[in-house]
Amino acid sequence: MKGFLILRIIAKLLIPYILIFALYVQFHGDFGPGGGFQAGVIAAAAIMLYGLVFGLPSARRLVPDAVVETMVGLGVLIYAGVGVAGLLLGGNYLDYFVLHRDPVAGQLRGIFWVEVGVAVTVNGVMLKIFYMFAGRRRRDRPS
Amino acid sequence: MAVLTVGVAIQRNLFSVVVLSGIYSFLMATVLVALDAVDVAMTEASVGAGVSTVLLLGALYLCGGEEAKPLHRPWPPLLIALVIVGALVYGTLGLPAFSDPQAPIHVVVAPRYLQQALQETGVPNVVTAVLASYRGFDTLGEVTVVFTAGAGVIALLRRRRRREPPGEAR
Repeated sequence: MKGFLILRIIAKLLIPYILIFALYVQFHGDFGPGGGFQAGVIAAAAIMLYGLVFGLPSARRLVPDAVVETMVGLGVLIYAGVGVAGLLLGGNYLDYFVLHRDPVAGQLRGIFWVEVGVAVTVNGVMLKIFYMFAGRRRRDRPS
Repeated sequence: MAVLTVGVAIQRNLFSVVVLSGIYSFLMATVLVALDAVDVAMTEASVGAGVSTVLLLGALYLCGGEEAKPLHRPWPPLLIALVIVGALVYGTLGLPAFSDPQAPIHVVVAPRYLQQALQETGVPNVVTAVLASYRGFDTLGEVTVVFTAGAGVIALLRRRRRREPPGEAR
């Protein structure tokens, strides 16, 4: 789809806003609707749009497979790491109260990192599935 | 939405099926907004209408755009589906009425979440507070499920790709 001028320009205009909206949904999820899952999907959608319009190879150059695969595992590790951090600081597993002197601030901090973990994993998995599907070729017509 | 569902069932061209299901997801998202479930609506719009449409189109590119003719008669599956629908409708008759304030779900833990969440977690969005804090273990399991799904897709599709070159050489 590299030849379509209008598609390319509209995509270029849209993608930064989609990414900013993903970040907004991620970090504003405490106050408005949204959270890690939605933010991860929206960010993945931005990169999918890039891949659809500019071709899969350029999307792969932008976000290489190694990064995506690392993200798949890293998010779960961040989430589980928050639990272990609570354990090390003397609480139960996934206890956020101990992450800060003030229990409420500890809650905020725990929720923040948990949401980051969710977003990273969801983004990684969505992108990986997209790469996997889009990277395969038809058997009868290798193009 | 009922019209769309019938359209998805009748249509033989898979491309229009994908487009129709995308429209269905958007309508579902608006219904969820009308029910004040904005978080779920956002997920439905982005996953159901956005990402899964792209993935289905990718799958369509791989396997062609026409649905194969059904091999057997549709009546036994239709009968099973009708029995299940009947059972589900019978089950919903036992549920409390829609938005009944005395329903069990509204009197046990929900008031505590709604009243205490802001003081206990400092997060005004109760959905986020419940998901990430009160139900932290559930969400951890959910993330693990997503991770497992991704790992499964990687395992399935990557092995196929490695096996393909010798097949082409033959």
